[in-house]
Amino acid sequence: MLRHASRCVTRAATTTLRWRRPFSSDLQSEHVADPNFIEAWKKVIPNVEPPKTPSAFMATRPATPSSIPTKLTVNFVLPYSSELSGKEVDMVIIPATTGQMGVLPGHVATIAELKPGVLSVHEGNDVTKYFVSGGFAFVHANSFADIIAIEAVPVDRIDPNLVQKGLTEFTQKLSTASTDVEKAEAQIGVDVHSALNAALTG
Amino acid sequence: MAMAALRREGRRFATPLISPNPAIALRSSIIPSQEPVSSGVRCISTQIVRNRMKSVKNIQKITKAMKMVAASKLRAIQTRAENSRGLWQPFTALLGDSASVDVKKNVIVTISADKGLCGGINSTSVKISRALHKLNSGPEKENKYVVLGEKAKAQLVRDSKKDIELIMTELQKNPLNYTQVSVMADDILKNVEFDALRIVFNKFQSVVSFLPTVSTILSPEVVEREAESGGKLGELDLYEVEGAETKSEVLQNLAEFQFSCVMFNAVLENATSEQGARMSAMDSSSRNAGDMLDRLTLTYNRTRQASITTELIEIISGASALEG
Repeated sequence: MLRHASRCVTRAATTTLRWRRPFSSDLQSEHVADPNFIEAWKKVIPNVEPPKTPSAFMATRPATPSSIPTKLTVNFVLPYSSELSGKEVDMVIIPATTGQMGVLPGHVATIAELKPGVLSVHEGNDVTKYFVSGGFAFVHANSFADIIAIEAVPVDRIDPNLVQKGLTEFTQKLSTASTDVEKAEAQIGVDVHSALNAALTG
Repeated sequence: MAMAALRREGRRFATPLISPNPAIALRSSIIPSQEPVSSGVRCISTQIVRNRMKSVKNIQKITKAMKMVAASKLRAIQTRAENSRGLWQPFTALLGDSASVDVKKNVIVTISADKGLCGGINSTSVKISRALHKLNSGPEKENKYVVLGEKAKAQLVRDSKKDIELIMTELQKNPLNYTQVSVMADDILKNVEFDALRIVFNKFQSVVSFLPTVSTILSPEVVEREAESGGKLGELDLYEVEGAETKSEVLQNLAEFQFSCVMFNAVLENATSEQGARMSAMDSSSRNAGDMLDRLTLTYNRTRQASITTELIEIISGASALEG
C-alpha cells in the first residue's frame, strides 16, 4: 500500500518535471493579436472563442532606429532547426539570384530570392560558411536580416568526390533529357553541383 | 415442491430488493441483466460482475499502453515542431498578420488527425473552419475547403460537401518531412484558385493545452493590392526586390514559399497536439476504468456476501423447520 503510494508520488513528480520544459522559441509573446479580426469574429460568432493568429506568438520587432546600428541581427532558419536566431553579426554575404550580396547594418530593405550557393556570416574575425539550397532572404530597415533556406550544410562537410560524381551524372542526364520536366530537373542538378564545386574551391 | 416454488417466487421478488443496494453506485445497465439469470438459480450469480471486471481491466491495460505510445511519439515530434517554429516568423515579420483581410475567394485549409481517440481537437478545428466560413460569407464571396485528415473529412463531408475542393489523408504514413509537405502545398496551389488561404490547425502550447490558430496567406495579387492601399503591408513597397525576374514573379515565389513553410509548421504542430490530446484522453480513460473497477469490486464482494448469507439462511431455516 505504502509502496504503491510512493510509486504514485514519484511518477507524478517525474511527469511534472518532464513536462515543465521551457518553450524557449516562443511565448515571450506580446499578445498583439489582430483587433479587427477579433472584433469581426465576435460579432458573427459570439459563442466561440476566436482562434489565435501568428502575430500572437511572435515577439514584435523593434522599430527602425534613427541612426545606423553597429550590428546586424540575423535569423537563419531551416525547416528542421533555427541555425542562428537573433545573432548579432557584422556582415552576411548571401547568394542571391543576382549574385553574391553583402548585407551590412543599415542596408536598405530588400527581399531577395536565393539560389544554391554559399552563405557566409562574418562576426569579428570569424567567418562561418554554409552551403544553402534555395530560399529567401529579407533585410528589414531596422537591421534585421531573415534568411530562410530549405537545407544548409557547413562547407567543410561537403565531400568533393560526391560533388564531382553528381556533376558528371547530371550533365549526362541533361544531354540525354527529352521532356521539359526531365530537362528542368537535370538543369537544377547541374546548377546545384556546379555551385557546390564553386563553394569547395572558392 | 411447493415450498421450492414459493421460495423461487420469493427470490424473484427478493432479488430486485437486494440488487439495488449494492448497485447504487453502479450503472443501471447491470441491474436488468442480473434478474433473468437469478430467477430459477439457487444463488445470485457473480459471473456477470466478474466478466465485466475482466473486460474493464483489459480496457484499462489497453488505454495505459496507448498513453505510453502517445507519450513517446509526442516527445519525438515535439522537438521537431519546436525547431520548425522559426520558419514562419520571418514571413509574419515581413508581411504582417492579415487575418481580417477582405477577399473574394477564401480557401480554408483544415488540418486534422487521421486516427481518433484524441480528445476534442478535431472537432475544434472543424468548428473554427465552419465559423470562418460563416465569417467570410457574403455576396460575391466564395469559401472553399481543403481538408487534410480523415476526421475533419468525416465531419465536413456531412454538410459542406459541395464546398470541399481537395481532400488529403494519410499524411503521417511516413514521418513528416518538408519535401512531402511542399509537394502537398504544390498540389493545393495548382488545383485551387484562391485570394487568401486560411490554415486552421491546433498549435501545441503544452501537453494539456492546444490553441486553435488561423494563419493567413495572401495570393500575390492581393498582396500588391494591400500594399498599395496602405495599412500593414504598406511598407512592402519600400523593399527592394532582388531577383532575376520581375517583382510580381518574385512575389509569386514568395507566396508559394510562405505557404509551404507555414504548412510545414502547421502540420507538425497539429501532429504534436494530436499526440498530446491522445495522451491526456487515454490517461483520463484509464483513470476512469480504474474507478469503475473499484466500484465493480465492491459490488462483486457485496453480491458474493449476499449469496453466502442467503445460502446460510436457507440452511438454517431448513434445519430449524426440521427440528421444530
